[in-house]
Amino acid sequence: MAEFTLPKNSVVQEGKTYPAAEGITNVQEVHVYRWDPDSGDNPRMDIYNIDLDTCGPMVLDAIIKIKDEIDSTLTFRRSCREGICGSCSMNINGRNTLACTKDIGDIDGPIKIYPLPHLPVVKDIVPDLTHFYAQYTSIKPWIQSTTPPPPDRERLQSKEDRAQLDGLYECILCACCSTSCPSYWWNGDRYLGPAILLQAYRWLADSRDENAGERLDELEDPFKLYRCHTIMNCTETCPKGLNPAKAIAEIKKLLVERKIA
Amino acid sequence: MSSNNRPLSPHLDVYRLPLSALLSIVHRGTGAFLTLGTIVLVWWLMALAGGEEAFMSAQSFMGSFFGRLILFGWSFALFFHLCNGVRHLIWDAGYGFEIGTVEKSSFAVLGVAGVLTFFVWILAFSLDIGV
Repeated sequence: MAEFTLPKNSVVQEGKTYPAAEGITNVQEVHVYRWDPDSGDNPRMDIYNIDLDTCGPMVLDAIIKIKDEIDSTLTFRRSCREGICGSCSMNINGRNTLACTKDIGDIDGPIKIYPLPHLPVVKDIVPDLTHFYAQYTSIKPWIQSTTPPPPDRERLQSKEDRAQLDGLYECILCACCSTSCPSYWWNGDRYLGPAILLQAYRWLADSRDENAGERLDELEDPFKLYRCHTIMNCTETCPKGLNPAKAIAEIKKLLVERKIA
Repeated sequence: MSSNNRPLSPHLDVYRLPLSALLSIVHRGTGAFLTLGTIVLVWWLMALAGGEEAFMSAQSFMGSFFGRLILFGWSFALFFHLCNGVRHLIWDAGYGFEIGTVEKSSFAVLGVAGVLTFFVWILAFSLDIGV
């Protein structure tokens, strides 16, 4: 059953405000969700005032600046700083995206940063993605084939078959889409969510894979697949511009086609 | 490290829902409202079968301002649910998933549902069907 409100221990409280340093003219307010597992307190929103004149252009630059210059206890994930690793996914001003590709200039007023929605928080803006990764494992994200590969070279694809994977292989599993999906919020224990379903379709669409039947058997489930109600939050929020909602529709189509064929 | 006291990150309170998500909520809401409306329809049919007195009292309630307000809401709910249902059929066929298209079809659903509701009420008043 959907719970629309947060549990008692998760209600966000007012936090500390760090005023701007002396002599700064170009001040940017940054609100950041904080939770310290060692304190036993509820989460809080801390407000940092940073100098935009000495800050890089992206939200991740602002977060790193805060950690370097104002509050070294701020905890977050980041690695590539160019939108390819998917580590710095978070909720910025109401939408899930990658902090490293989100331009501060696109935000009016204060920057508001929360962890990805409806996940257990490990610390500050670091969420626990264990269940998400377990769901990814459950779709067997590798080529399954009974035909042995050619002895002298790799399995080749035609250009047309390879093109079927465009818009799918680019997914970096940052979990922005899955954690934007209300269906995943309410039924994430059993619903696979847009990211994992896009990945499931990525293997269904691969000409080298020979296990489509079993893959579809696994997906034909009222919860794993059919909790998708085409709300479209996934496609609206994907920082890579992919279309998980369309991939899910393609899976549903394959299941119908299999029934009437 | 203990992991059982971990808070749940905020969701509905902080997420800025796009129009498509708001219309998804409206679709569910109108569906529930139409189910309630079906009960009203059954009540009206029972009054019709119950003779002149029962029918006239049902008619006078449905003809009152409050009754007409419910009917207006019901007619809009019907047309919205119908139009958005057609959009769902198109989606299920695999079309219309691009973000720009979704935004256009959202406005189209709202617009067509509004126009149909408007025409039904023009028709109802011009026919003077006695409510």
